[in-house]
This record gives sequence, C-alpha cells and structure tokens, in this order.
Amino acid sequence: MKRVVITGIGIHSCIGTNVEEVRKSLYNGKCGIGIDPARTEYGYRSPLTGVVPRPELKGVLSRRQRICLPEEGEYAYAATEQALKDAGIDLDYLEKNETGILYGNDSSSKAVIESHEICVEKRDTTLLGSGAIFQSMNSTVTMNLSTIFKLRGINMTISAACSSGSHTLGLGAMFIRLGLQDMIVCGGAQETNYLSMASFDGLNAFSTRVDEPLKSSRPFDKNRDGLVPSGGAATLILEEYEHAVKRGAPIYAEILGYGFSSNGVHISQPSDHGSAVAMERALADANLKPVDIDYINAHATSTVIGDGYEAMAIDRVFGAQKTPVSSTKGMTGHECWMAGASEIVYTLLMMKHSFIAPNINLEEPDDMSKNLNIIVKTLDKNLDICLSNSFGFGGTNSALILKKF
Amino acid sequence: MNRNEIKEIVNNFLIEDIEVEADALKDEAFLKEDLGIDSLDFVDIVVVVEQNFGFKIKPEEMTNVKTLSQFYDYIEGRIKAT
Repeated sequence: MKRVVITGIGIHSCIGTNVEEVRKSLYNGKCGIGIDPARTEYGYRSPLTGVVPRPELKGVLSRRQRICLPEEGEYAYAATEQALKDAGIDLDYLEKNETGILYGNDSSSKAVIESHEICVEKRDTTLLGSGAIFQSMNSTVTMNLSTIFKLRGINMTISAACSSGSHTLGLGAMFIRLGLQDMIVCGGAQETNYLSMASFDGLNAFSTRVDEPLKSSRPFDKNRDGLVPSGGAATLILEEYEHAVKRGAPIYAEILGYGFSSNGVHISQPSDHGSAVAMERALADANLKPVDIDYINAHATSTVIGDGYEAMAIDRVFGAQKTPVSSTKGMTGHECWMAGASEIVYTLLMMKHSFIAPNINLEEPDDMSKNLNIIVKTLDKNLDICLSNSFGFGGTNSALILKKF
Repeated sequence: MNRNEIKEIVNNFLIEDIEVEADALKDEAFLKEDLGIDSLDFVDIVVVVEQNFGFKIKPEEMTNVKTLSQFYDYIEGRIKAT
C-alpha cells in the first residue's frame, strides 16, 4: 500500500478567507457568526448564520467559467486556488500530470430555486440561461473545478450530508493507497444563501439566540439551543508520499486512518454505536490504539442529541485516557457539506502550530460532555496524531486520523 | 428604434453580458469565428435579447445569421415586424 500525505490546503470560511486568517481565528477563539435579515423576511425561525464573504472572480475567471459557478462553487474555486498554490502546483503542471478531484457537496439550492422562479414567471425554459444546469447539479463543484483547473483523473462529487467533505479525504486516500492516482484535489463546499437552509431551519434545529450571535453555537454546553448553519469551502491536496518527496512538496501530515460506518437507524438522529464504529475503524486502519491520539476534533454541532451521542461514543473509545477534545463549530457554526474537509484544515493548522483551538461557549457541560476532556481555552500543545469526526443525516459517519510531518 | 440605437444596445450587451472585446465589434465580424460566440453563449444571447428588446429569438430564423451586421439586420427586422 502506498502512503498518502497532504501537501496543500486552502480555505474560504466565516473565520477567514485564507489559511493565516483562519489560524489566527482558531487560536484566538474568534467566532464568524452573524445575522442575515433576509432569513427572517423569508420565514426562518433563526436568522443566525456563518457570515462568508463572496469571492470577487470577475477578471479572475472568464465569463463562461463564472456563469457556471454557483455560490458554493465560487468558494470552492477560491479554496482550491489557494491549496494548489500552497502545494506548489500550477496549471502547467496540471496539464502535464494526471490529477483527480473528489469534492463534497450536497446541494445547490439557490440555482435550482432561481431557475424555478424564472420558469414560473416566463413559462419558457430557454430563458434560464446557459449556466443554470451547470450550477444546479450536485456535482457542480467537481464539474466546474475539473474544467477550470484542467483535471484529468478521478472526477466525482461525494454527497454524504455533513460528512461529505471527510469522506472525500478517506476515499481519496484509498485511490492513492491503491496506486490509482498520485494526486487528488479533495474538499468540501457549502452554500450560505438564505434559500439553501430553509428546510433545515424548519426542523427547529437552529439556535435562536439572536441577541448573542457570538454565543449562539455552543457545542457540548448544557444551555445550547441548536446549531448555526454556515459554509464556504475547504480544499486539501492529497498526494502519494514518494511523489510528494520527489516534487519537494511541503508535507503537512500523513493520512493514517479512515473509518466509516452507517447507523442504519434514524434519518436525522445520530448513534453512539455508529460513531464509535467509525472511530474504531479509523484506529484499526491506522494500526493505532486510542492512547496514541493526541487530540480529537469533534463533530459536535451544538445540538443536544448530536453532541450527546458523540460524547458517549468518544467517552467509550477514548475515556480511559481522557484524550483532549474540542469542537471548532462554536467559532465556525456548522459548515455542513464542507465541515469534514474544513475541520481537517483546522486540525492541520493546530498540528502545524502546536495548539488546540478552544471549544468556545462551553460554560456548563451536561451529563454526557462532563465525562470528556474538552478544551475550552486555547492550549499550546504539541500534537503528533489527531482524529477528526464527521457525522451526517442518514447516519453516514466518517473518522480520519492524521499524523504530523 | 433606428439601426444606430439597435447597434448600441446589441454592442452594449455583447460587451457587458457576453464579455466580447469592444474592438472586435465590427459589422463584418463573424459571430462564431471572430467574436468567439459558441452555442452556450447563444443561449445567453436569447435571454439578453428578450430582456433588451422584449421578444424571443426563433432559432430557425437565425440559421443564416453569421455576421454581426446580419444580427443587427435580424433584430431590426423583428422590431419592424411588431
């Protein structure tokens, strides 16, 4: 089996639109959540959201490239442009060397809804414009990025709800381990427009702590009242180890383990058993024991049920050594389809700069979370091996283990 | 609406919406070969013509429209016919 390393990262999120901004936000516990008045007007229970700036791509991409990109595609372009640059890869390299793309995305609501509105008004599909179809499909990110960046390897979107981004890295690692690809662009993207989250808001899942947006996302806290939706995009360049060494590429970390599972039970409720299976499988894949893990980046989204089941699972697998845990979602909100990739970027930044980002807004643990060693203030600490959890609707679970280089 | 007004509107949306280089907008320019307008761009031209002139291009009437001048002729003819 070949070894798999990460040689480039890029991020466009509510806590920063480049790696350095995000590193500072993570270290300082800075929250990127705010109010979107359009959500209230549209009928949301909660106007809270991660506030993500739109990249300005006029003059950067051609008209044809821009009109096929939906909002999440713009974020993904921005993150991927950064990640490729970070890995020392340019368009000339990509034209000469086969590179793949596996990217997480599970909606493109705005493009679909806007097309519907035009048809209702005009009763004529030929007035939708040429970009509508390419913006509307779930695979919009991979179809756009593969043409913009001249990618000629594996090319597909992974739709696995809030674990989409994490599964892209696990599956990408498998392609590289098997020797099928030398390099794959992986990541996750999430739209943040008000059209995209209405049905999720309708489940009463979102925090309504509108008077304190910066305190609204409170993973593991007894007084949490729901998650805060967020988004953007995160990209990671996966590369075969010898290939990276030959290129002289900077190496952030090696992917040691990928664990997956499906709960097979409830469409929205997570499971401690399924979560534990994913973590245990990742440990077995990495040939490691729980005691080898220095830090766990939890999925915890700030919902009572989700946080509770994950706390039970972490306690069951890692309780004996009280492994340090934090959820970065107090700062970022829940980045959904992007979260599994962005949280690997966050974890890599912690590993590179030797700190654990705080689980902000955890003031009073509940009966489940009190058993965990949750880091509530930034902790300067050398991190060698870390695990990141991602869980999604339908019970799709993913856990990844990384080792610092 | 006279021909000069039509030319101004068409040239303006070709520059602003389709991002054709202004210098390339010559009467004898071929839409495809000189201006780089492909089949997907033409889908967008249908939309901007409807927005600017209030009628929809009929694809079968465009088969002989090859140059920019012929495109102005087509728009002018449709306006006169209404």
